[in-house]
Formats: sequence, structure tokens, C-alpha cells
Amino acid sequence: MEISNLTKERIRKSLKENKRFDSRGLLEFRDIKVETGVSKNAEGSARVRIGNTDIIAGVKMNVAEPYPDSQDEGVMTTTVELLPLSSPEFEPGPPKIEAIELARIIDRGIRESGFIDFKKLCIKEGEKVWMIFIDIFSLNNDGNLLDAAGIAAVAALLSAKMPKYDEKEEKVKFGELTEKGIPLTDAVPFNLTFHKVGESIILDPKKEEEESSEGRLSVAFSNGKKLFINAMQKGNEKPLSKEEVMNIIEEGTKKFKELFKKVHK
Amino acid sequence: MTTKEKTEEKNTKEESEERKVIAPGEILAKDESILPGEGTRKEGKEIIATRFGLLEKSGKLLRIIPLSGVYIPRRGNVVIGRILDLTFNGWIIDINAPSQSFLPVAECAKYINKNDLAEYLDIGDVVAVKISSVKTKGIDLTEKGKGLGRLDSGMIIYINSSKVPRVIGKEGSMVKIIKDESNCRITVGQNGVVWIKGDKIEDELFAKEIINYISNKSFVRGLTEKVQLWIKEKKGEKK
Amino acid sequence: MAFTKRPDGRKFDEMRPMKAEVGVIPNADGSAMFAFGDTIAIAAVYGPKSLHPQHLQNPEKGIIRCVYDMLSFSVTERKRPGPSRRSSEISKVTEWALSPVIQLNQFPNTVVDIHIMILQANASTRCAGINAAALALAHAGLPMTEFVSAVSIGKVDDKIVVDVIKEEEDYKDGEGSTDIPVAMLSNSKKISLLQLDGKIAPERMKEVIEAAEKACEEIYKVQIEALKKIKEE
Repeated sequence: MEISNLTKERIRKSLKENKRFDSRGLLEFRDIKVETGVSKNAEGSARVRIGNTDIIAGVKMNVAEPYPDSQDEGVMTTTVELLPLSSPEFEPGPPKIEAIELARIIDRGIRESGFIDFKKLCIKEGEKVWMIFIDIFSLNNDGNLLDAAGIAAVAALLSAKMPKYDEKEEKVKFGELTEKGIPLTDAVPFNLTFHKVGESIILDPKKEEEESSEGRLSVAFSNGKKLFINAMQKGNEKPLSKEEVMNIIEEGTKKFKELFKKVHK
Repeated sequence: MTTKEKTEEKNTKEESEERKVIAPGEILAKDESILPGEGTRKEGKEIIATRFGLLEKSGKLLRIIPLSGVYIPRRGNVVIGRILDLTFNGWIIDINAPSQSFLPVAECAKYINKNDLAEYLDIGDVVAVKISSVKTKGIDLTEKGKGLGRLDSGMIIYINSSKVPRVIGKEGSMVKIIKDESNCRITVGQNGVVWIKGDKIEDELFAKEIINYISNKSFVRGLTEKVQLWIKEKKGEKK
Repeated sequence: MAFTKRPDGRKFDEMRPMKAEVGVIPNADGSAMFAFGDTIAIAAVYGPKSLHPQHLQNPEKGIIRCVYDMLSFSVTERKRPGPSRRSSEISKVTEWALSPVIQLNQFPNTVVDIHIMILQANASTRCAGINAAALALAHAGLPMTEFVSAVSIGKVDDKIVVDVIKEEEDYKDGEGSTDIPVAMLSNSKKISLLQLDGKIAPERMKEVIEAAEKACEEIYKVQIEALKKIKEE
């Protein structure tokens, strides 16, 4: 059943009093569980659970021609599928706007952070480069799929091993992995999505909190040599005030440092 | 021992045994004289389970108490639903049942002008209603009756409809305990939708906790004592 | 070289270690995971619920809709996300495998949606999917006349083996490899799924069916155990 007006009211009222139904702080995350190597045919895979939200990501690789404007760099593509099995509101069929937006936000966060060293993924300039497919699937939606997807994608990349490449045939030897990981830097990306529910700003909403959210701001951070913001996305209808945005960035910076330590196992 | 004493002893023994969890297809008995109750079927001499649930024996009748399953609407049931849509003469309501449910404006608790429909009940509002009839094409609802009507403030939680009898208890004994201990008004819809309203949100959340506890332990014997013990522990923790 | 030993050392009639668990997807009305060794399937059931559009409804009883798919990275070479012809066919035979036991007479005009997803593939995926789906249906509280269990029987060279793995599927020597997925109903022993891909002498089919029956009985035991475990919450 879709959330009712009265439960939405209760959530807003509760948050105004700085309380959440599960006794968390407004900016507190639920328990985060990360498991890697969950799908052995993938070059890298991870399953992330934030509370009851369950998401699985996998990395597969192939070789391809580089993009015309970056002849010496590897390529990456991110796909998100919000599976009908994970929640009654997801319908079968090609990705709808929710899945498309999610994929593009995660993609930007990873791409702009410089986490993947694309130059090291070049095999033959102008002709052959490595292609990374990041595929993310939802298994159970209890809110905050976006942040969970971000963690899953990064964990899958971190645990991935490059497949063997036959130089003579110029083909990937699928199913045979090397000991080498994907060339990564230490600028690990991390996404935090802040939601405005009533007058309050919260992090990591459960499904009913997310259904009561009217505006959101996703901020993708990365902590390489310096802490940077690599991507942002404001979504949903309600606009945010300047103060709210600045506050979110400030809180996000603090929260990122705290969570990064926790999650980086 | 007399026959009466023997029967009493046998019944007590059956009561003190925990109910077995049964899977569909399991053969429950191979006796011609045993009768197939709800959740079972008879094939030749065998009684076979057709539902996932708890086995209950009462005399010669074997039945399965379901642990899950969709709500099956029955005439006279009081249910809680959420307004999905308005039509020219009533409201389409989601009561978590497999068929469409409709509340005609004529069945409102008081007279409502056809132009004021949205003011009375709007999309997303919650209402307690009674099922007046169940047809293949849909379910008809009525608001006429004690305790029915729009529910304002408070919160809605969901349990599986098969757990409703446990949450209500024999003659309402269990739900009375929940109301008293949490200091809340509670309406348990037969469809598993529960409305809780208290003076404080903490009280409502406490009621929610108790209801979820009962719902998860619905198969346990002596649940009433266990619930009271658990509540005492929880209240102790809160201090 | 003749096929005398299985690549993973199992006996010809031995299945891989099985794992089954229910309730893995909290949002679903019923859900389960089933694994044959490395092959892992999850299934989620939603329903019975109202079916729209109306013209798809059956006024006499509910219908079931089954979708089988694989995670893009569940296989060695990436599978593009989205349905393929293979997954469409498997969805249909899976529906036929499960529908004989599901009683939907008391739910006219409704639909029961069954979603099967393969998380990791090492052959026998449709069978793992059927086993998970049957569990999910029971977990969802749907009335079932009996249970459904499925297994992949293979003929590798001239040996009949139970629970085929990819390496055996790819065997090319001798008589090659024949893959025979079978689904059987727990009580009546009727066969609700039977497919064959390869080359086998007709007189050997009796052996295949007998092997399938024995295997399905073992699988049913594992499925029942998974449902009974729910008590220990």
C-alpha cells in the first residue's frame, strides 16, 4: 500500500522533534553491510545492505575502440536496473527515469573523481582500450538505493581482477582472471543523498521516509589528495534554500569522513 | 482412568506441544477417518497440506493455520484502507485485497454532497470501513457503523492478515493489553492494516513494536504471557 | 578420452551441495533463494493482486506471470541487461512447470507475479529458478496442491549424470553432452517440465526419468527444510 497522508504527517512531525521512527539521528545511517565476490563469473562484484535495502553490483570487462575525443583512455558505462522483484512500484520493461537518473548520478560520481585511471586502461592508442561495465541491480528497496548503489559500485571495482588478454588474437580471454586489479587511484567516490522531509533534512531515508521526501540533493565526494565534490544532483519538486544547500555541503563533508572510515573495511 | 480423564490428558498434551510448521505437499495423515480442514486436501486415505503454515489438530479435524497469504475479504469485516481515487459518486479504496474496493457516497456515515467528495475523503487519506458485499467484480464498502470513518493523525502499520487474530486475541484480550501498555487508541483492520493513535509519537512507536513482536511470534504457545514479559522488559529498558 | 570421472569429483548420481532460504526479499509477499553449488537463483512472488488492464483478466481464476532473467554479470561473458529470447522461453516453460500446482480459483481476475533472477550461473539455472520459485510461492501463502522440484539430468558421453555443471555441458568428446532439465511434482510424481538438448537413444530415457525422480525427492526435502527454518526467528 502506498504511504498514507497521516503517516507522512507523523514522519514530518517526528522529524521536527528530531526523532525518527527507528530511533536514529537525522543524519545517521542504518547498519551498512558490504560483501564482495558475491557473483563469481563477474570480474568484480559486491552486495550492499543498508538496513533492509539490498543492492548488488558487478563489473565486467571487454575491449573496445576508444571515444574519438579520448583516444588513449579506457571507457566505462554504468547501468542500473530497478528490478520489479525488489519492490511493488517497479514495473518490468526498459529502465525508466528513476533507474536512468540513478545510473547517471553514480556514473558521474565515479568518472569525475578520477578513481579509475583511464589512461592505464589503454591497450593500443586510438585502436583498443579496456571497457568497464558497471551493472547495478536492486534486490530489495527500503529506501536510499542511490547511496547503496554507489557503495556497491565502488566495492565491486575495488575487488575486481582484470581478465587475461590475448595480445595476438587481440581478444579478451573470458573466464580467466589475472591477479591484477583495475588501475585505481585513492580518490574513492562516495555518494550522500540528503532529503528534505517537511522542514527537516535527513540522510539515508527508509522507504516511508523517502516517500515523504519532497526534495533531495545528492552530493558525490571523493577523498584523494584532497576532499572534492565531483557531482551533485538536486531532485524532486521542492526547491531548497541557499542555507539548506550550504548546510548540506557542510554536513556532507563531515559525514563523508565518518562513513568512509566505516565502510572502507 | 476414566475416558473423560484420558481425553483431557490427551488434549493437554497436544496443547503443550509446539505446533509444527508444514510445507505444501506434506502428508499429514493416512487415516480414512481424519477430516481435511482448511489448508489441506484429501486424496484417497491421505490428508495432504496445501498451504504453508502451522498444523492444528482438533479431534478428527486437521487444518493448517496460515503464516502468510493475501487478505481474503469477507462480508462484515472491518478493514482500514487508503483512498486511491475519486469517481463521480464515490471513492476507490486500496484495502490490500486482490480486488478493487469501492465506497459509494450513499454509504457515507453522514450525508455528503457529490461536489464535496474530495473535502470529505481525499487521495491518500485513511478510512476505516466495513465490507458490505464481495462480488467477483469488486468489493463494496460502507462507512455506516460504529468506529468507522476517516482516521485523522496517528500512524498506519502493516502486518500480514493471517496474524490479525493473534494481535486481537480471544475476545480482544491481546489488543487490550497493547492499548493499555502503550496508552494508544488502536484499530486492527481484518486486512492487516493497523491504525495507532497516541498522545506521543513514542507511545505509537511502542505499540508498533509490540504488534510486530506478536506478529513475528504468532506461532508460539503461551503468547500472552510471553508478550507481557517482553513488555515489562522493554519498559524497564526505557527507564 | 571417455568420460569416466566428473570434473568436480562427484558420483554420477550425486548433486552439488544445495542451499535454500526463504524470506530473502522482505518487500515481496513471498521470496526464496535456492542454490545448486555455484548456481544461485532468487525468486520473489507478488500477489494475488488486481490485474490491469482488464482484458487480461480471467474471470474464472487468477493467472500467473513468470519472468526469468539473469544478472548481466552472472555469466562469463556479460549478458546485456533486459530480456533475451532465451530468457523469454525459460520464463514460459517455468510458468508451465509451476502452474499445475497453484490453485487460483478463489482469486478470479487477479495475477500472481513470479520473478526469478539468477545471481550466479554454473548450469542448471532454470532448475534452480523453479526450485526457488516454488519455495517463494509457498512462502507467499499460495494454495498449492503439491510442491515442484527441478533438476538437470545430463548424458555426458555415455554416462547419465545428475545436476549438470557447465564443464559437463561443454563436453565435446565421445557422445558429447545432452542436457535434460526435468521438473517433477512432489506427490503425484507428474512431470511439469521436460526439455532435451543433445543426442540420446530412446531406451535410455527411462534411466533419465528415474534419476530425475530420485533427485527431485532429495530436492523437495531441502525445500521443506527451508520453510520449516522460518520458526527460528
